[in-house]
Amino acid sequence: MAETATELRKTALNAVHRAAKAKMVDFGGWDMPVDCCGLIAEHMAVRTAVGVFDVSHMGDIQLRGPGSLAAVQRLCMNDASKLQVGQAHYSAMLYPNGTFVDDVVVHKLSDNDYLIVINAGTREKDVQWVRSQIGSMPGVHVNDFSDYYTQLAIQGPRAAETLQKLTPVDLGPIKNYWFTWGQVCGLHNVMIARTGYTGEDGFEIYIPSDEPTSARVWQEVLDAGAEFGILACGLGARNTLRLEASMALYGHEISDTINVFEAGLGRYAKLDKGDFVGRDALVKIQEDGGPKRKLVGLEMIERGIGRDGYPVFSLDGKRIGEITSGSPSPFLKKNIAMAYVPVDFTALDREVAVEIRGQMVKAKVVAMPFYKRPKKAS
Amino acid sequence: MAYPAGYRYTKEHEWIEVDGKVGTVGITDYAQNSLGDIVFVDLPKVGDSIEAGKTFGSVESVKAVSDLFAPVSGTVTAINEELKDAPEKINSDANTTWMLKVELSDAKQVDGLLSAADYEKFISEETGH
Repeated sequence: MAETATELRKTALNAVHRAAKAKMVDFGGWDMPVDCCGLIAEHMAVRTAVGVFDVSHMGDIQLRGPGSLAAVQRLCMNDASKLQVGQAHYSAMLYPNGTFVDDVVVHKLSDNDYLIVINAGTREKDVQWVRSQIGSMPGVHVNDFSDYYTQLAIQGPRAAETLQKLTPVDLGPIKNYWFTWGQVCGLHNVMIARTGYTGEDGFEIYIPSDEPTSARVWQEVLDAGAEFGILACGLGARNTLRLEASMALYGHEISDTINVFEAGLGRYAKLDKGDFVGRDALVKIQEDGGPKRKLVGLEMIERGIGRDGYPVFSLDGKRIGEITSGSPSPFLKKNIAMAYVPVDFTALDREVAVEIRGQMVKAKVVAMPFYKRPKKAS
Repeated sequence: MAYPAGYRYTKEHEWIEVDGKVGTVGITDYAQNSLGDIVFVDLPKVGDSIEAGKTFGSVESVKAVSDLFAPVSGTVTAINEELKDAPEKINSDANTTWMLKVELSDAKQVDGLLSAADYEKFISEETGH
């Protein structure tokens, strides 16, 4: 471990995490906190109050210039022409065969300026892909701003109250998947987005990535949330939170061997918006009757925890698929998983077996998302 | 966190406290800390035999699953039933939260296990600190 630690990349908050005795892991080449003060406590803080995550390892690609919309439209499957300034949406970059380069969030900063937030483990690949696909398209500059920002995710039902103490911007009117700019912790023009990866209400803020500023803002967020019981959260809780909310993780539910329809993300692929990379393949898959396998939610019926990579069997013993993400659910107190299975196994309550360390353990297909946040009473 | 001097340890992070012919087995504080929040412990039944160096069960946290390795050979005489409903007790006090008791078939096997000082040295080498 000691030898490779020096080669891992670090966010500007690395020293802060280490000083707080967070447990660190190699996540896609990044030295990141996986467990800050106990995964279950962190998870529950986000579900019931507020938690803060350092997600600075995420990448940020800016497409700028009069040709930027055309470039986004070619690269990404969702229809960016529908975005208004200050609005973001979930999308994905595809290979020509309809599988995933990465899933992304596209932010429209202005008519000639889009910010695409990408995954940490795929940063270099994504930037290269964007450059190669845009090629000689006119009027667009590609900028990799990944190292320019410390990105903090403040998530949970008390996230808005927490962040509101640090900014004069009225956060109330910012709708889900919209963003604005304003002063945060005395810093000007901070991008404040009502986005996240936890299934809760929350915000992501993009601040300058120098260490003193990052450490100061991190601490101010913790101080502001103290009255609500805020916890610093690691990637472990981030993973269980997104799993409960059935959000895809690159390398698990989506990858270069899984297509959009298999992943159940067809609603984000706008086949009628005009051409984009991967469109022809998606049309063909639809014409051929749709995908042969699909992502389903599983809940373990018998005692046992289905985990990433465990094989799934039919009850008569045929191997039919594999779990992509599986874990105990800290909030639901059930053992849940997402798995790819043939389409004739996707009906709700359909029973299957998961092979857990040599034992067949029964599970059933359940609806996703496993967890949906309660609607605000107002 | 101190490792009790009266215990013996394995490189797979189990401890055993031996009293005459009976050994009490648990996992170390280092192990519980590496695993994180423990949610499930799978143990053998009373009367089962376990064999030194072989797996006798598993312990699962939210993040990971880890095999349990028998420090000695023998017959299981008791398991800690409390862990069925409260496996998190291992997180709060690994040193006193035992998993099973075993009647040793060969008491000499204990001599081959690590002392507390050796175990501490071993984990400091393993973590590079």
